[in-house]
Amino acid sequence: MAHDTAVHEDVHGHGHEESTKELWSGGKQPFKISYGKLMMWYFLLSDAFTFAGFLIAYGALRFSSPSWPVPDFVFSTAPFGIHHAPLIFVTFMSFLLIISSVTMVRAVQEGARENQKGVVFWMFLTVVGGAGFLGCQAWEWTNLIYKECMSVTRNPFGTHTEKGVYLNADGSRSAAEDDLFKPGIGYLIHHAHVDDHGGDHGHHDEGHELTAEEKFLADANSIVSASIAGNKIDMANLPEAGVDFPGFRLNNEGFIERKFVTEAGETGAQTYGPKAFGALFFFITGFHGFHVLSGVVFLIIIMLNAGSGLYAARKNGYEMVEKIGLYWHFVDLVWVFVFLVFYLL
Amino acid sequence: MASTKIAPEKTREDLLIEEQGFDDHFHDHHHGDKYQSNFIMKYVFSMDHKIIAKQFLITGMFWALIGAAMSIIFRLQLGFPEENFSWLKPLLGGWIIVDEAGIGSLDPQFYYALVTMHGTIIVFFVLTAGLSGTFSNLLIPLQVGARDMASPLLNMLSYWFFFMSGCVMFASLFLSTGPFSGGWTAYPPLSALPQASSGSAAGMTLWTVSLVLFVVSVLLGGINYITTVLNLRTKGMTMWRLPLTIWAFFVTAIIGLLSFPVLASAFFLMMCDRGLGTSFYLSEIFVGGQALDHVGGSPILYQHLFWFLGHPEVYIIILPAMGLVSEVLSVHSRKPIFGYKAMVYSILAIAFLSFIVWAHHMFMSGVNPFISNFFVLFTLIIAVPSAVKVFNWITTVYRGNLRFNSASLFALGFVSMFISGGLTGIFLGNSAIDIQLHDTYFVVAHFHIVMGIAAFFGMFAGIYHWYPKMYARFMNETLGKIHFWGTLIGAYAIFWPMHYLGLAGVPRRYYRFDTFDAFAHFGAMNKFITVAAIIVFALQVLFVVNFFYSIWKGKKVTTRNPWGASTLEWTTPIHAGHGNWPGKIPSVQRWAYDYGKDGKEFVSQVEPLAEGELTDGEGGHH
Repeated sequence: MAHDTAVHEDVHGHGHEESTKELWSGGKQPFKISYGKLMMWYFLLSDAFTFAGFLIAYGALRFSSPSWPVPDFVFSTAPFGIHHAPLIFVTFMSFLLIISSVTMVRAVQEGARENQKGVVFWMFLTVVGGAGFLGCQAWEWTNLIYKECMSVTRNPFGTHTEKGVYLNADGSRSAAEDDLFKPGIGYLIHHAHVDDHGGDHGHHDEGHELTAEEKFLADANSIVSASIAGNKIDMANLPEAGVDFPGFRLNNEGFIERKFVTEAGETGAQTYGPKAFGALFFFITGFHGFHVLSGVVFLIIIMLNAGSGLYAARKNGYEMVEKIGLYWHFVDLVWVFVFLVFYLL
Repeated sequence: MASTKIAPEKTREDLLIEEQGFDDHFHDHHHGDKYQSNFIMKYVFSMDHKIIAKQFLITGMFWALIGAAMSIIFRLQLGFPEENFSWLKPLLGGWIIVDEAGIGSLDPQFYYALVTMHGTIIVFFVLTAGLSGTFSNLLIPLQVGARDMASPLLNMLSYWFFFMSGCVMFASLFLSTGPFSGGWTAYPPLSALPQASSGSAAGMTLWTVSLVLFVVSVLLGGINYITTVLNLRTKGMTMWRLPLTIWAFFVTAIIGLLSFPVLASAFFLMMCDRGLGTSFYLSEIFVGGQALDHVGGSPILYQHLFWFLGHPEVYIIILPAMGLVSEVLSVHSRKPIFGYKAMVYSILAIAFLSFIVWAHHMFMSGVNPFISNFFVLFTLIIAVPSAVKVFNWITTVYRGNLRFNSASLFALGFVSMFISGGLTGIFLGNSAIDIQLHDTYFVVAHFHIVMGIAAFFGMFAGIYHWYPKMYARFMNETLGKIHFWGTLIGAYAIFWPMHYLGLAGVPRRYYRFDTFDAFAHFGAMNKFITVAAIIVFALQVLFVVNFFYSIWKGKKVTTRNPWGASTLEWTTPIHAGHGNWPGKIPSVQRWAYDYGKDGKEFVSQVEPLAEGELTDGEGGHH
């Protein structure tokens, strides 16, 4: 390990300070913190610029795009079959992360009190919070990727720019209240569910009444299935332009693009949303998640070190706990911005 | 040479340090032995800042030779497009295409790879790592009176990340598809689409990996430099007593810390575009008649992110050179630096302005002309602090008792280059004139003089001046003077004519000009430039020979303070070990520039103030 020149000056410099106060501008620590913490601050400053770079890229791409997915619509699913619950899940995971900052503060406080058990206890809770956040993020990603078919190159979440009404699968105008839409309403393009790999698609809970969209999808899926059965289309080899049906279009990737009629009387079909959304979402939340993951790893290492009594023997005590604390709060702070741009705006 | 020997063993400075120095009990702990116990720990994985400085310097020189040799090869192509280059086949292999007549010519693809690599290597590996890495490491602990960097471990890692970065870049030179060839700025789509050109494939992948490692190196170094300057200054070393070298390195590190992360962001997004099929920088695009899937991205976004680093980067390159030159000029004119505080404030002003002018690289990228106004204004304002510095150097030298040695000559050469290149910067900073001059040889001439040659001159001044501290020997003065005069005249011979080419509209990065009617008549000028470049390259080889010859055979340093300088590094033993000072660390009593004061040639920073004496340049010596 590196020897700590700063620490030596720290320890031995005290007696001197009195006699040479008027000249001692060097040697003392300008922000009253050790070099290690100062370095952590500078690292965080540079890391802030990295995130700033990403968020500026986000802003540039989002505002050059004519429409953007609606967060309340995109992030409205939670585990245990919860649907149509805007931002509930992300609120929970953000809460976990923020609470883990609070437990981190407690760990640092116990460090200052040189209470080894307290440090370990509160750091453990912090690790639980961080790991819980990562678990939530893993679920969210899994849901987006496998259920909703979003990827870095495909964004099935679109937004209407006009007022209109959807068509039924047979091409007739839908009479359902839910099938009316206006500008700013989001939609999700579903993949046709026709393969027989098992899965839970198409199976709805008994007694659950189908929504207008679910009814449409069930109809559309049976139309597509019938076409496959009649050898009219081959799902593995769809034409570039897709296949046209009265109430929807099956695009070349097998997604059902529902048709609609606008107020002006024009017929249109849903299309993919701006590609940049998926790429930016996975990249920026992934980069942040990577920070959380490395934070959790460091937290565990430092927790074990604290538990082994390593820091109790050190001259600068539990400073490592403080340093990882700074990092942890920073990661939380960054999440506030990520949360803001992806989930609120 | 005023370092008088009071006693053969102990100088007056030693006695002063013993008397008023600060005992940190460093040597009670025997770090030195643990650190330097064997060859590997002492010279390879060293944590001693002085060794790490030499590692940065020698690695930088290695890259400088490669980067310069590349420029010679593409200059040969530009100067002698009809010539037979089959003699280069043993070196370049398949990149020399030999036709049926046996005439060998440079592969155009490789020409682009050469200019790209030349820029990348010189900008990042030589003038960033080789310059600021070397001298920040060498001088920060020595001149602030510290035992070493705040974290010697991170300091060592900083070098090894640079080394790894260099290995990856070096490997890319040997790819069958060649190194990256889309220009050192790596604009998309050439950089973002692996299929865009042969160099855009694996060459670009390695280029990006290499530069991400490089960013890590810069950040590890930077947080160390900043923290050391802030936290490890010795007793009495107030910020206003820091030598200007330290101010320059300190501010350079801050600029790097704030701009390199953004470059890393840009590269991470680039990697996604290349590897994962995202479209951050790619909009609707056709390659070979084939429409690609990319949609909605913005190549201009990359330019903004890149130049947010790219512009501060030129100050990361030039500020350390300015710091070195300030110190060298003051020591060798035997006069205090003129306007010390003005120098510091102009460094700070340049640093601040460097962050709000980046789009002047993008006037022709389609940015809004009204936005351009803003960037023109701030770009031209940079001329003010730059001019303050230039006038202060001139005034420092004015009526000084100037010693003309290699160090001071190169420092003077720096001022000359900085003025010449700075003046053309005023042309280019103007968005209207830039319409004509953009991407022409005028730009090439401007930045090579103002940040290429000038920074090299600052670096040379630093090497000649601090060589005795690094190797306890002098470099050969005669060779040094040949090196200086040859390089000064040669560099102007290379770059001055390029202004004419640029004004005539000759574009940069073209493979040959003899096939264009409009430019064919510049053939003789291009030949002249190439010949000058070859001579200048030979002189740099001479410098490298001088450098290595002098390590073992140079004239030995016999006194600690051969230049009669007042800064702390010259109070260390000639062969300073780990920890720099054998006993206590010195306490500082005065500013760094007491030259020619009260009849004394120089007064060391450890010398206490006489009764009623004013210091820190606050008068008293007029």
